[in-house]
Amino acid sequence: MKDDFLNGLRQGLPIGLGYLFVSFGFGIYARGCGLSVFQATAVSFLNLTSAGQAAGVAIIAEGGSLMAIAFSQLVINLRYLLMGIALSQKLDDNFSLRQRLVACHGITDEIFALAIGQNRPLTAPLLYGMTAIAVAGWTGGTLIGSLAGSLLPGVITDAMGILLYAMFIAIFLPPARRQLPIAVTVIASILINCLFYYRLKSVSASMAVIISSLIAAVAVSLIWPVREEEA
Amino acid sequence: MKTTLSILTMALVTWLIRALSLTLIRKKITNRFITSLLYYLPYGVLAAMSFPAIMYCCQNQLAALAGLACAVILALLDQPLTTVAMASALTVLLISLIA
Repeated sequence: MKDDFLNGLRQGLPIGLGYLFVSFGFGIYARGCGLSVFQATAVSFLNLTSAGQAAGVAIIAEGGSLMAIAFSQLVINLRYLLMGIALSQKLDDNFSLRQRLVACHGITDEIFALAIGQNRPLTAPLLYGMTAIAVAGWTGGTLIGSLAGSLLPGVITDAMGILLYAMFIAIFLPPARRQLPIAVTVIASILINCLFYYRLKSVSASMAVIISSLIAAVAVSLIWPVREEEA
Repeated sequence: MKTTLSILTMALVTWLIRALSLTLIRKKITNRFITSLLYYLPYGVLAAMSFPAIMYCCQNQLAALAGLACAVILALLDQPLTTVAMASALTVLLISLIA
């Protein structure tokens, strides 16, 4: 059992290191949205997800309602439902209910990819190990980023404000180049969001993001439904 | 206080989605529309979160546009995430210092 935990830590190490850097950008961003160092770090520890956190923190900065926050998390993080369901079929028979309620926190895009690729049933210690190193990297990076935001000179933190957006671009642009439906989703979502941004200013920026991406994704899903093996 | 409640709400909703998926739902989702929606949605969210916000993310808008151009070019060249982000921030810093 202990071996499984260590194995999970070792396999998750590259994810933890990657998270350390991405969440550094989130730390800067969260400070810019008015959160304290402790609040920014708590968000990362409790949520372990990039786009959802960024949207949630933006709504907090806008003074949005709890309903708006809950709705944004539901829409943006709904994909974890699919991943969790797929993982659920791969869990070891000894996985208890309590262990499921803990291990589920580790469902992220990257850990899902790592876990689903294992060639044997997933034990609780193995998932705990992967999750522990990911949480450590993600939370630690946020702490360092949010501290750096208050310590570094203004011109440097200002430049680091672009980090999170540049990472988002690095995530969605390469697949958009390879798959036409993803490219259409991306372009449609941006165009609708720009319409909100420049013309329909009464809609808050974060709600505009959710509405734009939902319209784009619904339309593309109707035109190009994915085949079983793609999703 | 409101910020604390907001943070707890984020955490609760996100955890509930994950918890439900690993406990209550034991069947595979076969509906093709739902599967497709969940496949495309993250790309739409990330794209809308980035544009047009990235153009106004820095004090100096010219620097932000240069950083954006740098990120787009490197991402199209399939450079790793950290490379894209670092080069983009460095570009912004350089242009801000010169201008």
